[in-house]
Amino acid sequence: MNEVRVGVFVCHCGTNIGGFLDVPGLAKYALSLSNVVFAKDNQYTCSEAGLTEIKNAIDEKKLNRVVVASCTPRTHEPLFRSTCKDAGLNPYLFQFANIRDQCSWVHMQDRDRATEKAKALIRMGVARAVLLEPLEETEVEVNPCALVIGGGITGMTCALSLANRGFEVKLIENEDRLGGTLNSLYKLYPTHEEASRLVQEKTKEVEKNPKIEVLTSSEVKEVEGFVGNYDVTVRQGEKERLFKVGVIIVATGAETLKPVGMYGYDGKTFVTQLELERMLKERRLNADTVVIIQCVGSRNEKRAYCSKVCCLTALKNAMLIKEANPNAQVFVLYRDMVTQGTKYEDYYGKARETGITFIKYSPERQPVVENKSVRIYDELLGEELSLPYDLVVLSTPMVAHNDSTDLAQKLKVPVDENGFFLEAHVKLRPVDFATDGIYVCGCAHWPANVSESISQAYGAASRASIPMSVGHVKTEPLIPVVDEDECSGCGLCELTCPFKAIQVEETEKGRKAKVIAASCKGCGACGAGCPQRAITMRHFTNEQLVAQVIALAEVTP
Amino acid sequence: MVEKPKAVLVIGGGIAGIQAALDLGDMGIKVHLVEREPSIGGRMAQLDKTFPTNDCSICILSPKLADCFRHPNITLHTISEVKNVTGQIRDFSVKLRKYARFVKENECINCGECAAKCPVKVPDEFDMRLRKREAIYPYYLQGVPAVMTIDRENCLYLTRGVCRICEKFCTINAIDFEQKDTDATLHVGAIIVATGFDPFDPSGIPQYGYKRYRNVITSLEYERLICASGPTGGHLTRPSDKKPAETIAFIQCVGSRDLKNNRYCSSVCCMHATKEAMLAYEHDPKVKSYIFYMDLRAAGKGFQKYVARGEQEYNISYIRNRVAKITEDRNENPIVWYEEPQSSKTEKMTMDLAVLATSLMPRKGVEELAKVLGVELDEYNFFKTDPFNPLDTTKSGIFVCGCCREPTDIPESVAQASGAAERAAEAVMR
Repeated sequence: MNEVRVGVFVCHCGTNIGGFLDVPGLAKYALSLSNVVFAKDNQYTCSEAGLTEIKNAIDEKKLNRVVVASCTPRTHEPLFRSTCKDAGLNPYLFQFANIRDQCSWVHMQDRDRATEKAKALIRMGVARAVLLEPLEETEVEVNPCALVIGGGITGMTCALSLANRGFEVKLIENEDRLGGTLNSLYKLYPTHEEASRLVQEKTKEVEKNPKIEVLTSSEVKEVEGFVGNYDVTVRQGEKERLFKVGVIIVATGAETLKPVGMYGYDGKTFVTQLELERMLKERRLNADTVVIIQCVGSRNEKRAYCSKVCCLTALKNAMLIKEANPNAQVFVLYRDMVTQGTKYEDYYGKARETGITFIKYSPERQPVVENKSVRIYDELLGEELSLPYDLVVLSTPMVAHNDSTDLAQKLKVPVDENGFFLEAHVKLRPVDFATDGIYVCGCAHWPANVSESISQAYGAASRASIPMSVGHVKTEPLIPVVDEDECSGCGLCELTCPFKAIQVEETEKGRKAKVIAASCKGCGACGAGCPQRAITMRHFTNEQLVAQVIALAEVTP
Repeated sequence: MVEKPKAVLVIGGGIAGIQAALDLGDMGIKVHLVEREPSIGGRMAQLDKTFPTNDCSICILSPKLADCFRHPNITLHTISEVKNVTGQIRDFSVKLRKYARFVKENECINCGECAAKCPVKVPDEFDMRLRKREAIYPYYLQGVPAVMTIDRENCLYLTRGVCRICEKFCTINAIDFEQKDTDATLHVGAIIVATGFDPFDPSGIPQYGYKRYRNVITSLEYERLICASGPTGGHLTRPSDKKPAETIAFIQCVGSRDLKNNRYCSSVCCMHATKEAMLAYEHDPKVKSYIFYMDLRAAGKGFQKYVARGEQEYNISYIRNRVAKITEDRNENPIVWYEEPQSSKTEKMTMDLAVLATSLMPRKGVEELAKVLGVELDEYNFFKTDPFNPLDTTKSGIFVCGCCREPTDIPESVAQASGAAERAAEAVMR
């Protein structure tokens, strides 16, 4: 590279900066710094006039580095980068000096010292700009085929939607038939339509869709690769098959806790809700007095969470018991009735009207099952009651599948403390994983009812369809570079990387770390942790950062 | 040659509409995102923090606002309303009314010189009327598009024909009083409705004293009060005397689970009350909060743990009770009255501030929109859906997500928004 020629543009941002700092003084100061060949202050650097000025200066003053001292890169870096690009300068030769959010806005009371701080920020910006290098984005192709793991209502919905959009889908199911948890349910709240009808309808649609290949009695054995290019080995009995897919969706559902050792659970007189569903479905319920106990094995120390669907399941089954046997007495012992949303408060009301008795208990005074009766302290009445029973139904929570951690390890995605899959961001990325190209929906993520599971299935389909629709993914140019001579192959970077974007491989020179550009987010964790200092972060090299620190330490001339 | 997929119309620029638009845009489908207000962001932009992580709401939202604004496939139509829709799935014709901003959107740089000179002062709706703004104003600090807007109802020139002082002080001539309301026709293949919610007005429950007592406020007002960019700069002070609030009552189910108002549960209030109480404690560890609830509904991921943290680390007491009434003492301290269930005795507690967790209701004007779209609403005026087809309205090609279909927290709204985008993509690409 020839002579480094830096241009500095200092913005008044109306009075936002201009009102609190000596902006013309800053521009004059910038011009005194080495390598700076042009400096100017503008009322608004981001206005059309300001941007044109940058472009003209790049051209006329032969600038090969641009520093803008203004608001914040959060909102304006993309704009200034593209302005540089328009003028023929590589956008990564642009540097921000944040003198508004990090200076004028926080030091409004002290103009002189704030101006000195702004000088330091500009000095640091110029020092780094001098060492910046041009970078290029590259692209990786995406295989337009999705692997959906789990053939319940969630997985089927997701697979169908993607197939309808024209993508190939491989649908993997553990059991020997599609349907998942719904195969064990009788009727569904709030409409009381039969679960089997919904399953049959979806199964039929899936089976006749030419874009979907269903593999039952199958499981994922091995996953290699990255977004757009996953190699998945699926085991089906003795056979193994290799699929090349672009994206993977986890829709493995959850299971219901078997309350072994709790409240005398025996599967006969003391049953789970699932076992009750089967009794109702097979019309072999024979009980005149039924006590239903909520929060069995949940909201306790071992499983602190509320499983969300059990209150409604209890309401539904209590009503179905009354339907089957109008003379039955049904008691529901609950802690908090969770009937959220517009459809379920009325459903709760309907259950009350059918004569079901609701008794609130507190965790300090749990129900006690005795030989002929359940003893319970009614929190609202303030009295202890003794309820006779023919049948006791235990509402147990949904728990993660035993092998969810195993699958998570194969996919290199995280699970939470309860074994449910952990999404990329609790609020804004509920069906994404931090790793690109892998998604989650339904009860694999958290207990959800059928309606929520279907919504999430479509949501995950949408997210998964994005890289497949575009056909390629752009790779981050700010990725680490491994110096193979320095790398000792220790693998610390592989352990540190949250995105599965660096891994140690055998090479001619021995075990060396290799960066998977398509998966890398440029976070820098690998570089920071490398004991050999063999990893250099592009755009944030040690030299660039050290130059900034030295510039900060320099005394203002 | 394959026919190019039709565009999709998204009505509502809150987090649900934004997410739906971004997903579709990223798939390569053109999107028209219509927002009634001058900037997108919706209710989420008004929140201070979000449960259960206490992430700053605007901080996690604003990158999405910028993404929407810059997205090559998304066209933003702010201060705009859908006036008429004809046609059917894959072939809708939409008449859009675009109201004049009286500020040139491509030229205004949001410097605020105009507002500094504007003589008008009116209550600011974004800050829940807790602060005054000018007639030329930014909808909110981080709003997108980041431009000023002239409020036609209050501008002196537009109402009385005199003033135009903003025009004189605008250094880049971005004010344009000649702008007219315009109509545009859009051709789209599918429509997503994401119009969100309005809070219930608790003056309909006179025994809670809202508007009669200055220190009885709503949750959304509280969110603005405790927000650093809000009317008090984030200082949690009582409206009556600006003293710090140290004992706070959070009253749940105000207008919800209420036979006289909304029978349904608003789903998010148990959690946002917990969050709001936590934030008060974070601002000042002297704060003691009481949450008066009926059933604690903490069923989402990490919610029970969040509540437990509130009790153990943030000085929050949960009291299972429906508050009967609120009165006030001579120092304007709200007094919360309730019946102790086991003894049936009437109890009362004196507070510095009472916060009403108001029900989430469909937006005003939603009936008209439903009529325009030709879709059905449910008995509460939420968009009607089937539990097993949860994102489809009653009309083919029109989909729905977020709080306009049912009160829903942010993660679920976002998942639904992506889901509605998927349904719309299926519709236009088939």
